Amino acid sequence: MKWFLDLFSSSLGRKVLMALTGIFLILFLAVHLAGNLQLLKDDGGKAFNIYADFMGHNPLIQFISKGNFAFILLHAIWGIMLTIRNRKARGPEGYAIANKSSIWASRNMGILGTLILIFLVIHLKDFYGQAHFGSLSTQVYDGKTVTDLYAQVAYWFKVEWYVILYVICMAALAFHLWHGFTSAFQTLGLNHMKYNPVISFVGKVFAIVVPVAFAIIPVFMYMGITI
Amino acid sequence: MKITLKVWRQKDNKSKGAFKTYQHDHVSPDMSFLEMIDVLNEELTRKGEEPIAFDHDCREGICGMCSLYINGRPHGPLQTTTCQLHMRSFTDGQTITVEPWRAKAFPVVKDLVVDRTAFDRIQQAGGYVNVNTGGVPDANEIPVPKKVADEAFDAATCIGCGACVAACKNASAMLFVSAKISQFALLPQGKVERKERAEKMVAQMDAEGFGSCTNTYACEAECPKGIKITNIARMNREYFTAMLSSYQVETKGGGD
Repeated sequence: MKWFLDLFSSSLGRKVLMALTGIFLILFLAVHLAGNLQLLKDDGGKAFNIYADFMGHNPLIQFISKGNFAFILLHAIWGIMLTIRNRKARGPEGYAIANKSSIWASRNMGILGTLILIFLVIHLKDFYGQAHFGSLSTQVYDGKTVTDLYAQVAYWFKVEWYVILYVICMAALAFHLWHGFTSAFQTLGLNHMKYNPVISFVGKVFAIVVPVAFAIIPVFMYMGITI
Repeated sequence: MKITLKVWRQKDNKSKGAFKTYQHDHVSPDMSFLEMIDVLNEELTRKGEEPIAFDHDCREGICGMCSLYINGRPHGPLQTTTCQLHMRSFTDGQTITVEPWRAKAFPVVKDLVVDRTAFDRIQQAGGYVNVNTGGVPDANEIPVPKKVADEAFDAATCIGCGACVAACKNASAMLFVSAKISQFALLPQGKVERKERAEKMVAQMDAEGFGSCTNTYACEAECPKGIKITNIARMNREYFTAMLSSYQVETKGGGD
């Protein structure tokens, strides 16, 4: 097993963990967005509440959800550890003038990631935490009683600073994805003339569309727009 | 033209360095950057001051000896070696900041000279092929597709100057190591040590204290030989494949 530990403690192996957890989190974002868009439906939160109840009680979803939390933690902690290691590699003396021959997002993944992590803590406390451990009111749909998570979301998305915080953090997510999406493929060695344009295009579209769609939800709910 | 030079001066590896400013009034736009320092050094010597130490050798852009981190870019504003950079790339009256390569694995020896033997040790760890001695083989005996040969040759043009390490925010040596792994991995002659080479060279790179690649691609933008980051992806593939599938044999002492 020594070779296995060597693999994942090498400078290349450490990056693989970042890439694999990153790709999983990208998939999670897509699923999460699909569910959240139901918040904009003009039905008083029925569709969203039923969906949230399903997500909160389906054993398979719950299992994946625990894995998702583990991956978020792994991605964050590993990222911080890698950043510290990489900083040390510069040596005792830094440059007077920093090199700027790369795109800004790629040089600031640590800062962007930290912003996203702070956002996640607030986000989980107010929504996931309240839904699972809080005492939210309930709604009855077709004889079934479900937690009224919609009311909780609707309350916060009327608070101005909360909406602004969401929009800023989604901008950070966009920059993080702009570099992270394609970077994950490069790290895994998946760089090929035939597929590079596809990966690059999908990555850029994803990095713009997903955070914008996420940000639209609180903005629309703040302004009272439904679809 | 006249320029102001801000140069990193450091007596030796043990002492602390600092920037020193020099006013240089005798600069021709046709001088190379190194010739400009030569002229300044002659002036310093005449004044009885210690000349600025810097690495250089062929001055033809092929040896990889010159370094210098000029105004935030290794080898300066052009994607070339410092010896091939001319003063016409700067403007009259400009202030130019010159620093040594900065990396834990490249300790400063003196002024702008750094110790790059870490690269030699990585090469020694696996950057070679075993060939049979004997009669001269026929030319083109081993078929290699033209495109593959070109790709291998492009990787082999790496002169090991270390600009990739200097440009990288993580002081990562992956562009260099991946070029050295690629030039052999692509060719039939490199197949014998293929897995062993990837494992050993990456292990040595890590042991030297270089950072991890975060795919900023600053290395590719600064490399005077235009080495591509596709090589880094290839190194990742080579390394993972090697680590997951290399032939492990139990060795039980041969001899005593």
